[in-house]
Amino acid sequence: MIKVTQLTKRYARTTAVDQISFEVAKGRIVGFLGPNGAGKTTTMRMLTCFLPPSSGTATVAGFDVLDRPLEVKKRIGYLPETPPIYPEMETSEYLQFVGKLKGLSGADLAKRVDYVCGRCAIADVKSKLLGKLSKGYRQRVGLAQAIIHNPDVLILDEPTAGLDPKQINETRDLIKDLAGEHTIILSTHILPEVEQTCEQVIIINKGKLVATDSVRNLQARARGAESVLLEVAGRPGSFEASLVLQKLEQLPGVSRVLCKEQMDARAVFEVESKKESFIRGDLARAIVQSGWDLNELRPAAMSLEEVFLQLTENETSTPEEKPAEVQAS
Amino acid sequence: MRNVWIICRKELGSYFASPVAYILLIMFGLIFGFFFWNALGAFVFESIQSQMSGQSFPMNLNEWIIRPLLSNVGVIGLFFIPLITMRLFAEEKRTGTIELLATSPVRDVEIILGKWLASVVLYICLLLFTAINFGFLFKYGNPDWKPILVGYLGLLLQAGALLAIGTFISTLTKNQIIAGAVTFGVCLLLWVLEWVSGYETAGWARVLAYMSVITHFESFAKGVLDSKDVIFYLTVIFLGLFFTARSMESLRWRS
Repeated sequence: MIKVTQLTKRYARTTAVDQISFEVAKGRIVGFLGPNGAGKTTTMRMLTCFLPPSSGTATVAGFDVLDRPLEVKKRIGYLPETPPIYPEMETSEYLQFVGKLKGLSGADLAKRVDYVCGRCAIADVKSKLLGKLSKGYRQRVGLAQAIIHNPDVLILDEPTAGLDPKQINETRDLIKDLAGEHTIILSTHILPEVEQTCEQVIIINKGKLVATDSVRNLQARARGAESVLLEVAGRPGSFEASLVLQKLEQLPGVSRVLCKEQMDARAVFEVESKKESFIRGDLARAIVQSGWDLNELRPAAMSLEEVFLQLTENETSTPEEKPAEVQAS
Repeated sequence: MRNVWIICRKELGSYFASPVAYILLIMFGLIFGFFFWNALGAFVFESIQSQMSGQSFPMNLNEWIIRPLLSNVGVIGLFFIPLITMRLFAEEKRTGTIELLATSPVRDVEIILGKWLASVVLYICLLLFTAINFGFLFKYGNPDWKPILVGYLGLLLQAGALLAIGTFISTLTKNQIIAGAVTFGVCLLLWVLEWVSGYETAGWARVLAYMSVITHFESFAKGVLDSKDVIFYLTVIFLGLFFTARSMESLRWRS
């Protein structure tokens, strides 16, 4: 749906975006991740034909952003960092204006306005002035305006910035909900957001592409091995955590065991496997066979936060070892 | 064309949803009302004087009231035009809504034309106030309406030109005050350029005087439709809007 090759944006003194290439498949929801000032907004602005690229190409639904901007704009819904609303307009008036701008008219327009109002839960503020709305509502009106013409591609620039936790959750749910119909790119510098909402991540830093991959692969790649958290319990009095530790360490495929927490008759361990060995079954069997209870066993996924820090640090410490540019699946 | 109309409607909505349009209308109405009352008073005074002295000569409403007043409307407009155009683009740049317009499937030209057209429509609303006053002249007197029509056409063209310049200046800044102040300065300069013709007849002075927006209005005020002056105003309108388009384009390359 979106194809970006060697996209570059240079300003007089700085290069905001430096030869970024990535692809996004139809119907995907992609997180565009990077610290502030990494070039996220600039890239999005180039995709939405707001800024022309200095070099490189970007195509949306097969149309080049430089050669066929009108075709691209018809297929894109864009929510900038601050929702582009006119404070002196009423919500429905505003949505009608945007709908007309995007080429809707008549009964079609009225239907879409009703639809997006329901979808974004703003029906109750339809006749209120936009200037009087709370931040959360404004953001939702911004989303509503982005989807009013049912675009193939949705580009959302930090859609949850400045919202309170409840609103953030609502917005995320809404975005996830929209993912089936639209291809979505959302930018953020909040990592859990990507973990929760996105299938694919594009990480950029200082204008350069650091990694693009699925969330799961990125987490796995950062460590390269499986890591499991397990809680083991025994009879009070006769339970010794060190014994469990020993037992776990002897298992084949285990590279490291850490006792993270120890209570009366329970203990929590973090077990890390050797590369490419799958140990969860062995762990469970070993513990049960030794007469202990297995209270909990779950994969200790590395948070994207760690992945992100690791990737961006790699970039600065060992520049010659470029992080693999895995093509998005 | 449809998009031009959508943008124009939206701009007019903004003018009339906020107090801006009403304040401009009221102020303009008050000021012009005073001018009209004054001109009428002077006219009545003069005609009584001429009758008292016994040598009554026919006094013409068109010549005595309408022609000077139409020129005055132009001058009053000079103060109002920056107030009309200053927000057109500066406001959208400040609040970021320009991003919405620029990423919608609309051409830059359509955005610019729509906004300029809205400013012209608001100016026409101001002119309607003056028409009310002239209406009284038709009720109690018998002025010739054809020169008035030509005069209004001249006012419209003159304002269209200054509004186009104001639209252009509004794209240069995010700050409405700056846009307004610069527009006012430029309009005023274009107004007084013809002064040089008072003491200088060299080529450069003639060029400067020609560029003045007021010299081209004189014929309209007299009720004469001169194609040379019409073309002058149309050229300024075109240039103003053309530079607006260029400025919007450079906005994208720079920002």
